[in-house]
Amino acid sequence: MKWTRKDLLGLQDLSSDEINLILDQTAPMKDIIQRDIKKVPTLRGKSVINLFYEPSTRTRTSFELAGKYLSADTSSLAVSTSSVVKGESLIDTGKTIDVMGADIVVIRHQASGAPLLLSQNIKASVVNAGDGFHEHPTQGLLDMFTIREKKGTIQGLTVTILGDVLHSRVARSNIWGLTKLGAKVRVAGPSTLMPPGLAEMGVEVFNRIEDAVAGADVVNVLRIQLERQQKGLFPTLREYARLFGLNQARLALAQPDALVLHPGPMNRGVEISPEVADGPQSVITEQVTNGVAVRMAVLYLMAGGGLVDVPR
Amino acid sequence: MFLVKNGLVVDPVQGINAKRDILIKDGLIAAVEVNIAVSGDMQVYDAAGKIVTPGLVDMHVHLREPGLEAKETIASGTRAAALGGFTSVACMPNTKPVLDSKAMLETVKAVAAREGVVNVFPIGAITKGSAGLELAEIGDMALNGAVAISDDGKPVGNAEMMRLALEYAKMFNLPVIAHCEESSLSADGVMHFGPISSELGLRGIPAAAEEIMVARDIILAEAAGSPVHIAHVSTKGSLELIRAAKARGIKVTCEVTPHHLSLSDAAVRGYSTATKVNPPLRPMQDVMALRAALAEGIIDCIATDHAPHTSEEKAVEFNYAPFGLVGLETAVPLILALVRSGELELSRAVEAMSYNPARILGIGRGSLAVGMVADLSVLDPDLRLTLTEQDLASQGKNSPFLGVELQGFAVLTLVNGKIVMQDRKLAVS
Repeated sequence: MKWTRKDLLGLQDLSSDEINLILDQTAPMKDIIQRDIKKVPTLRGKSVINLFYEPSTRTRTSFELAGKYLSADTSSLAVSTSSVVKGESLIDTGKTIDVMGADIVVIRHQASGAPLLLSQNIKASVVNAGDGFHEHPTQGLLDMFTIREKKGTIQGLTVTILGDVLHSRVARSNIWGLTKLGAKVRVAGPSTLMPPGLAEMGVEVFNRIEDAVAGADVVNVLRIQLERQQKGLFPTLREYARLFGLNQARLALAQPDALVLHPGPMNRGVEISPEVADGPQSVITEQVTNGVAVRMAVLYLMAGGGLVDVPR
Repeated sequence: MFLVKNGLVVDPVQGINAKRDILIKDGLIAAVEVNIAVSGDMQVYDAAGKIVTPGLVDMHVHLREPGLEAKETIASGTRAAALGGFTSVACMPNTKPVLDSKAMLETVKAVAAREGVVNVFPIGAITKGSAGLELAEIGDMALNGAVAISDDGKPVGNAEMMRLALEYAKMFNLPVIAHCEESSLSADGVMHFGPISSELGLRGIPAAAEEIMVARDIILAEAAGSPVHIAHVSTKGSLELIRAAKARGIKVTCEVTPHHLSLSDAAVRGYSTATKVNPPLRPMQDVMALRAALAEGIIDCIATDHAPHTSEEKAVEFNYAPFGLVGLETAVPLILALVRSGELELSRAVEAMSYNPARILGIGRGSLAVGMVADLSVLDPDLRLTLTEQDLASQGKNSPFLGVELQGFAVLTLVNGKIVMQDRKLAVS
């Protein structure tokens, strides 16, 4: 199978074959990262522009390194230094980058649907690096890669997502991707942070964390944005930690070999206890490495990499 | 003299739903007969196979002038109306500045007289600047051409202010048009709150945001003994409140837009900003309830909430686009589609688009009875068109119905006995 899409906007639209193609391509990329000389000439002469309308250090750095390891020319436009502050529209900014010769535009934007709007208006490929509460496909893919690497398969696993699903693009990409690959997905958190229609997305909703974690193979803990408390969506951080945080006692209800994931950055002591974050079941640091590898695979496929073999 | 011959005349006021000839003389309806003989001094329009209705009335239009002429002008908006088969429009006061005084109404009336091609009936603001703090000069506006008052575009958030408006407007027989939205619930929402907003990751506006205000305004209207008209009803829950209020004899009327009758919130998939409207497109069960309530008569009127915006304003991320779509030029085909599907009787559709809004506004239109002003529309139920931006007379191109084949369009619009549109061409300079 070959990658045929111009853009990667989300996992909702992808087939399980397409998801597996990216995951399969990720393993050789991870090998490259672990070499002494972390550079292959695969994307030499290709340009990748990171267009970040939201502050992000880890995702942007991850994409930048992914591009550099593949020898692409990468540059990053952050919102504060670009013409965006002068009120230029997304379409105009995109067209400008397009005619500068960009091959791939990686976009992070606070408005859901912005990557689609960009993709409809430029010739370059668009990779969604997170849009509003909509999708964060490369995060979903790196979570799936991490799970697959540790568990061998995703089919048949029970994956529990904890926290603020309402405002989480990570949750949505995980839900679409994991269900397509045959996992049973559960979500849990305060009812004020559960969006309507989760059942239609094929997931089971719990309010008690203990019920959601019981017997799970994977627990993916979402970051809780502190401003949600200020908006009254839950009473206090203290209560959140007590009722909805993942701690050692709750993790003990899961399978003994259950994995713990977190997209970062963590609020230690709120949604996840430090013992769990740093414990033996945590794969949080590996997720970061895998993130670079997944993004290398995505950039490689998007740039029209016909050859699946990566030079060694 | 002008003779409209052989058309299917639908005039619910007279109980006519049959082939009739209509003779127009000196700008008035002179005769409605089974057969009127053609004479040499008559201009004859053959309406065989077409539907002849009282001039259509749209009681909810944003003409944007003065102040927002980049979006629409009275000239362009009334041309859009003529092309859509409308002979009268009531324009909402959320212009810049707001239509909240006699002087502002005079401006609109003067521009409409000079540049408009259909009748323009201005709606005055409820509160000064529509700021919701002090009553506007409602009495003075009533005496100077306002046909209703409304702060449309936003709710009158303060219940006491709404109560006062209802009490005060009653003295002048002026209907109060309520934009029902509880702002603390709609907040930063951009579409209906439900499974599809979850899927798209967009902030939602729950049905309760509308229904709470519908309930409040019904209660206030009952207490004041004043009529209230609920603008752009969009949810099943609102309909249940209105149905119960009507059963209790409360003077409440309401309108629905063609887009809320035609599209569900599923249309927002793809993030087209042409589908971003307030109230938002609702789930299919609400759409079906709206259709049933219109057929039943719980909903009195069809009104477009024609809300033009510039292309630049709409060619942005969904969250940042303004609410609203243009409706004047697609209302007739969208409603005739419901007639074709058997969900709406033709006479009921015509009543909801002519007599009922005319009656609520008290503008003396909405019938083809002898002696009435000759405002008349002819609709071709078979005409199929796929509209593009260039086809729209409105400056606003923000329609989700472009590029889609629609069926049933106005082909003749007469205002005060004069042709303003014929065969899809405007007959004005």
